[in-house]
Amino acid sequence: MIKDSQARIIDKKSWNNYYLFSLESPRIASQANSGQFIMIRISHHPYPLLRRPFSIHSKDEKSIDIFFQVSGLGTDLLSQKKVGDILDILGPLGKGFHGGASLNGKDVVAAGGGRGIAPLYFLAKELRSHGSSVKIFYGGKSLEDIPLKEKFESEGFDLYCSTDDGSFGFKGFITEYLKTELEKFTPSRIFSCGPEEMMKKIAQFAAKKNIPAEFSLESVMGCGFGVCWGCVKRIKKNGEEGWVKICEEGPVFSSEEIVWTEDEK
Amino acid sequence: MTDLSIDLGFIKLKNPVIASSGTFGYGLEFAPFIDLNKLGGIVVKGLYFSPRPGNPPPRLVEASSGLINAVGLQGVGVKKFSEEILPQLRKYSTAIIVNVCGEKDEEYASVVDFLDKEEGISAYELNISCPNVEKDGVCPALDPETTFSVVSLVKKSSSRPVIAKLSPNVTDIVEIALSAQEAGADALSLVNTFLAIAVDVETRKPVLPKVFGGLSGPAIKPLVLRMVYQVVSRVKIPVIGIGGILSAKDALEYLIIGAKAVEVGTANLIDPEATVKIIDGLKEYCQKNGIDKIESIIGTLKKPQGLD
Repeated sequence: MIKDSQARIIDKKSWNNYYLFSLESPRIASQANSGQFIMIRISHHPYPLLRRPFSIHSKDEKSIDIFFQVSGLGTDLLSQKKVGDILDILGPLGKGFHGGASLNGKDVVAAGGGRGIAPLYFLAKELRSHGSSVKIFYGGKSLEDIPLKEKFESEGFDLYCSTDDGSFGFKGFITEYLKTELEKFTPSRIFSCGPEEMMKKIAQFAAKKNIPAEFSLESVMGCGFGVCWGCVKRIKKNGEEGWVKICEEGPVFSSEEIVWTEDEK
Repeated sequence: MTDLSIDLGFIKLKNPVIASSGTFGYGLEFAPFIDLNKLGGIVVKGLYFSPRPGNPPPRLVEASSGLINAVGLQGVGVKKFSEEILPQLRKYSTAIIVNVCGEKDEEYASVVDFLDKEEGISAYELNISCPNVEKDGVCPALDPETTFSVVSLVKKSSSRPVIAKLSPNVTDIVEIALSAQEAGADALSLVNTFLAIAVDVETRKPVLPKVFGGLSGPAIKPLVLRMVYQVVSRVKIPVIGIGGILSAKDALEYLIIGAKAVEVGTANLIDPEATVKIIDGLKEYCQKNGIDKIESIIGTLKKPQGLD
C-alpha cells in the first residue's frame, strides 16, 4: 500500500458520462493485482471531503487506468481534471480476484454491468496471460452505457453485450443473457462486478450449476485501508458470519462468502 | 529548538496532536504511512468488554465538508486487544490511550479493570458520548447525573487517568463538563460527533438505517471551538479539543482558545499522514513566530475589550 501524491494524469478518454483516465504511478502499478482498487483525493479543500474508491481497470509498467461513470460530486469533479493534472492516490488496496494458475487453460466468464465492467478488463487480460479463455458479458441500459465494447473487441475477447433497451446486442439484462448462454457451456468460474441485484442473480444461478463465482463489491468508503469500518458487508467466513470490511478483506468475495442484502425497495 | 511538549498534569505528551478514536483503527494500520513515534498520542478504537458487531450498512454518508457515520463501535473486545494488539503498540514511544465503552456503567468499569492489569496504557478515554449505540443517540453524556455516575464509578477502580469524552448534543455542555470534573475526571475531551441525519430524496428514506448518525469533520469545527471556549473558562482540568482539525491552523485555533491538546479524527481517513503534517505545521508556526514552547500559546485568545 503506497501513498502517491504525485500521480499524473497522462491520458483521458470520455464517452458521454463515462471516463477512462491513465495515471502515472510506477510504484502502484508494479504492485497492483486485478480486483484491487485505489482511493483518489478529489480535492485538497474540505469539500468533497473523503477520497473516492476506483477499481484498477488496467495497468502497464508505469501507469494504472481507472474507468468511471459520473455519479455524484466526487466523480463529477474528477471528470473535469485534465491531462497533466496531479492526483493524490492510495493503493493498491484490498485483495483482488483469486483464480490465477488454477484456471490455466480453462474457460471462464467475466460479467460486468455498467461501470462495474471496470475491474474485469484487468482481470480478463491477466487470466488470458495464464492461458484461460475468457468470455466477457457486458451489459448496460443502452448502447451508450457499454462504451468499452470496442476496447474488448479490439483485444480479441469473446464479447457478449446486452442492453436493457435493445439498442445493441441482446435485449434485456446481462443476467438473462448469461443465463441463456450457460445452457450451452459451463465455465470453470464466473467473475462479476456491477449492481448488487445483478451480482445476486448471478450468484444464485452459479450456485445452482455448481460454478464457483467471485464478486467485486462496491461501497461508500471512508478511508479504503481498514480504519473507519464504514464499508462493511455481511460475510460468512470460517463458519462465522459478521460485518466484514470490504476495503480490507474484499472488495472481491466468493459466492459462498456473501450474504446478499434483501431487496427492501 | 521548539518545544512542542504538553504537560496535561497526569501525563506528558511529546506534542499536542493525538489521533482520535474511531478514525485511527488500533493505530498499527497507520505504521505503513507514518512514524507512530512522532505522535503526541493515539486513542485506539472504542473497546467494549466483548467483541461488538456494529451497525448494518450503509454506515457512512458524506455531508458538506463533513462525514456522518453510524459505525456503531464495531470492535474486537478487550481480550483480543490485550493479547494481539497492545503488545505491538507497546513498542512505540507515544501515549496509548484506550477509548472505553460500555452498555452499562459496570461494563465501563470492567473494561478498565481488565486493562488495568496490562502495561503500556497511558490513560482511558471514556466514550460516554457515542450517538450510534442506543436508540435516538442516547448516551450517558447527555445528562449531568448519568455522566457523574459512570465517571465516578470508573474513577473508583481505575489505576490510570480518566478522560471523559463529552457529547455536543446537549443544551449546556458546561453543566456536563462540571459534572465530569466533580466525578473525578482527570481531563475532558470535547467532543464526540453531532447527532445528524441525511435523506435520500429518491426513496424518501433516511440514508442511514437507524436514521441518526454522528457528524464529524470540518463542518463541526466552529461549533466545537465555541464549546471548548465555554468549557475552558469554567473547569480546572485540561480540555482536549476534537472536531474538524485538518491542518496545523485548525489545531492552533483550539490551542489558542484554551485546549491543552487536540485530537485529529476524520482527517486521518482522508490523509493517513495528516497527524504528522499537523505536528510539522505546528513546529513551523512556532519557529516563524519565535515561540519556544508551544504551551505558551495555550489559552492566549485576545478577547475584545470589555469581554474579559
